[in-house]
Amino acid sequence: MKNKGFSRKQLAVPYVIFMILFVVLPLLVVFYYAFTDASGNVSFTNFLRFFQSGKTVGTLVYSMIIALLTTIVCLLLAYPVAFILAKGSYCKKHSFLMFFVLPMWINFTLRITALKEILTLIEGNLAYHQFFNGVLCMVYDFLPFMIMPLFNSLTKLDNSMIEAAHDLGANKVQVFFKVVLPLSIPGIISGVTMVFLPSMTNYVVLDMVYNSTYIMGSLIGSYFSAYDWHNGSVISIILLIMIFAITMISNRFTEGNQEKKVSLY
Amino acid sequence: MKKILQSACIWLVLLFLYAPILILVVYSFTDATMIGAIRGFSLQNYVTLFTTPDLIQMIIGTFGLAIVVAVLSTLLGTMGAIGSFYSKKKAQGGIELVNQIPVINADVVTGFSICILMIVFFKISKETFIPLIIGQVSLCTPFVYLSVLPRLKQMDPHLYEAAMDLGCTSKQALIKVTIPQIIPGILSGFMTAVTLSLDDYFITTYTKPATFDTISTYVVNATKGSQTDIKTALWALSTLIFVLVVASVIIMNIKASKKEEQA
Repeated sequence: MKNKGFSRKQLAVPYVIFMILFVVLPLLVVFYYAFTDASGNVSFTNFLRFFQSGKTVGTLVYSMIIALLTTIVCLLLAYPVAFILAKGSYCKKHSFLMFFVLPMWINFTLRITALKEILTLIEGNLAYHQFFNGVLCMVYDFLPFMIMPLFNSLTKLDNSMIEAAHDLGANKVQVFFKVVLPLSIPGIISGVTMVFLPSMTNYVVLDMVYNSTYIMGSLIGSYFSAYDWHNGSVISIILLIMIFAITMISNRFTEGNQEKKVSLY
Repeated sequence: MKKILQSACIWLVLLFLYAPILILVVYSFTDATMIGAIRGFSLQNYVTLFTTPDLIQMIIGTFGLAIVVAVLSTLLGTMGAIGSFYSKKKAQGGIELVNQIPVINADVVTGFSICILMIVFFKISKETFIPLIIGQVSLCTPFVYLSVLPRLKQMDPHLYEAAMDLGCTSKQALIKVTIPQIIPGILSGFMTAVTLSLDDYFITTYTKPATFDTISTYVVNATKGSQTDIKTALWALSTLIFVLVVASVIIMNIKASKKEEQA
């Protein structure tokens, strides 16, 4: 092996170096800035300031509300669509899914511009319904990201499970709540992660429809414009902790499900 | 009855997703400055789009950046996937953990942390494009990795051994045996990288040179401005991108269904 040139493992070296330098190191630097003050001393004042100020905590709550609403609306819209495409009368028309995924390929700022023009036509002045417009635009932006994972988990669902439940006397509502819904939980979880986090941070969507309220992402944006690296890092760390927690929870759910599936046999 | 309800649901959601874009497409061919006004047919928006130096530079810049970023991240991601696939389980686990970070992280945080590292910590000038390119590559590479890895798992491990036994050097075996087998994964990784770069706003805005704009940053600035000719020229751009995306998706679907028929 040795005299025949390089080992395949070595191919990963540039990748590993790159990832350490530009994925791990930036996070370490963010940690450093979050836990130091302007003169470089270690301190927790940045965090204290965040949690003591009503304004920043309010922003955290507000962005959670907006993200939660966006996620719920996306889920309520996407689930029927994914179900009809995967199991309903459209399940043999495979190409139909692509129409729901296609918007993902168009630049989101252009899509939001389009929606904004329509909303301006309908509402006259966008400033009157800031919250409604914000959630609507987020839903418009992220809906494809909810449909995809739901569709994937629903197509994997074995039809014979549904038929068996029917044969054993369950009615349609029971079949849905006792068979279909529990088995599609991994899809729901991954859809929720794909929508919840971006809608907490994607402040450009709100900016574009003149929603002047801040969400977590806009805090980073404004600290960035003010060259305030320390407070910007604090927001990043808080977001990172939330991302980490949500990922852990979603991993537990999907793994738990797999274990359950294994134990069935 | 059930069928009608299901169709209604599907078409309503499609209407929600497409009505804004389609209305914009129609209005891009008029001289109206507002949606809703009824005006005559005009190609003025397309003329403006292709004669305003600002807009042309922005479009070329966006696609140029996307290609550079996609090529770099495809190279890195593919090499990383091959390397990690043949590494020990422990090393592979570590790589996959780090690989997940940019995938699940919020774009704002990725952009901000890259900006802090490159511009505040290393003091590299934004004007060099280095922070911008590295930032976007660090976002795209993990996605390339993720699309190449399943192909490696599907591959027959004996093929590489056979090539070596037949006298190939490891380099030849890699280029002639491994790479051709994982080409579909590499291509889809490349396409993902292109779309991610085209769609990115946050990394770009935190790391770009002051005078450089991509479609995302340009559109966001334009919505805050009041220049109506630029605004309507962007409708024309949306139309072109929409047509391009629809065309390529349809072509891909036709190709895929032809392959299914052959098989």
